[in-house]
Amino acid sequence: MAYPEKFRYSKEHEWVKQEDGKARMGITNYAQDELGDVVYVELPAMGAKVKASDSFITVESVKAASDVFAPVSGKVVEVNRELESHPELVNQSPHERGWMAVLEMANPDELDKLMTAEEYEEYVGEL
Amino acid sequence: MVDFGGWEMPLYYTSIVEEHRTVRQGVGVFDVSHMGEIEVRGKEALAFVQYLVPNDVAKLELDQALYTTMCDPQGFVLDDLLIYRLPDLERQGEKYLLVVNAGTTEQDFAWVQSQARSLSGVEIQNLSSRYAQVAIQGPASQGALQRHVEVDLSRIQYFHSMETELYKEEILISRTGYTGEDGFEVYGPPMTIVQLWKDLIKSDVAPIGLGARDSLRFEPGYPLYGHELDQQTTPIEAGLSWTVKAKPGNYNGKETLLHQKKNGGEKSLIGLRMTDPGVARQGYPIYLNGAEAGIVTSGMKSITLDQFLALGFIKKGFPKEVGRRIEIDIRGQRKAAELVKLPFYRGSVRSP
Repeated sequence: MAYPEKFRYSKEHEWVKQEDGKARMGITNYAQDELGDVVYVELPAMGAKVKASDSFITVESVKAASDVFAPVSGKVVEVNRELESHPELVNQSPHERGWMAVLEMANPDELDKLMTAEEYEEYVGEL
Repeated sequence: MVDFGGWEMPLYYTSIVEEHRTVRQGVGVFDVSHMGEIEVRGKEALAFVQYLVPNDVAKLELDQALYTTMCDPQGFVLDDLLIYRLPDLERQGEKYLLVVNAGTTEQDFAWVQSQARSLSGVEIQNLSSRYAQVAIQGPASQGALQRHVEVDLSRIQYFHSMETELYKEEILISRTGYTGEDGFEVYGPPMTIVQLWKDLIKSDVAPIGLGARDSLRFEPGYPLYGHELDQQTTPIEAGLSWTVKAKPGNYNGKETLLHQKKNGGEKSLIGLRMTDPGVARQGYPIYLNGAEAGIVTSGMKSITLDQFLALGFIKKGFPKEVGRRIEIDIRGQRKAAELVKLPFYRGSVRSP
């Protein structure tokens, strides 16, 4: 699965898609493959304020519970309710239908600290 | 790949969910060569094995197997195991094959040897490296295995075994398993079992990894050593009262176990279902009316039932009736759950 060029990527395997001052985020194809079948996603509360690198979502897979970290700072303005009944979307469509939250970014410059698709691909290639 | 009791084993081949469903609906094959095999033979073999375990081995016919725990003198579980009673053709007598968990094989063997020290007429051998083992499990298991063996598998009853030949080597086939489904376990020399594995895969039997082995044993509520069973737990507490017998003669843990069989232990194994979503995993505390009342031993989202379920212990003195509402501390958050009946699920397994 290709990593979308327009996304930015964190070392903890989150992706971010910029949408007019907001950041839609989820976990990467690499991450979902490592986790195995996802059975539950504990979504953050609407309006929650998070700082970059805060753990703010928990993904439960058949193997373990894993933290998902905020790739940028901001306020949670949307969460993917579809994951409540269909957590498997994280495995099936990690970069699209398996998105987890939308953050209203506090500091859009933080995006520059994240990796490009090319850099991320190289990064996971070395793992 | 993961390390399991010193063995490098695949967690899954395709996906845990897919493999789980394959076994519930059709058939799959597990490489369980990591299991340990300890043979006990000699004229005192039966008396000795009777002393080792609380279940009644004297009730076994030749070519029959039973499930039991092996306890220390206090009644705590050293391991759970299958015991096969088999003909000993060399001695025109009988022998017992103890099939134990991989991670406990060495200490079990040392324990069994130490218990036999004062006895003559018992020979004990650790045959683990001589045996490989595959488990063919699922409602379609008989047909799938029948394509590769000559003996009529329909003649093997639940928890019975048959010795036969495969590729000119001796193998042991039993109608046993750890999935809640009908199925067989086949023991034999490593090269023979490797060949059987390859032939099964070639005939479209799906290989199943450790992940689904755990999720499949969980739904029928089978205990897993290190989770529901350990050296702080008695078989009575783990819901295995049916494996503890008031048989004649002394055995390790007899006094405690028979007392607990009547009066209950210090804790009881229970099933629970999350009413708030979330996975209750091993070690998470169970609360009842605000008081810590127990602990989770295994938990997952049941693949067959599509519910968040868990096994755990409730301490003596706390109510534990089905329907009782409890809370689980999931990483600092109290989540609602309720006690439910075990087993969570019954598969195609034939009752004894």
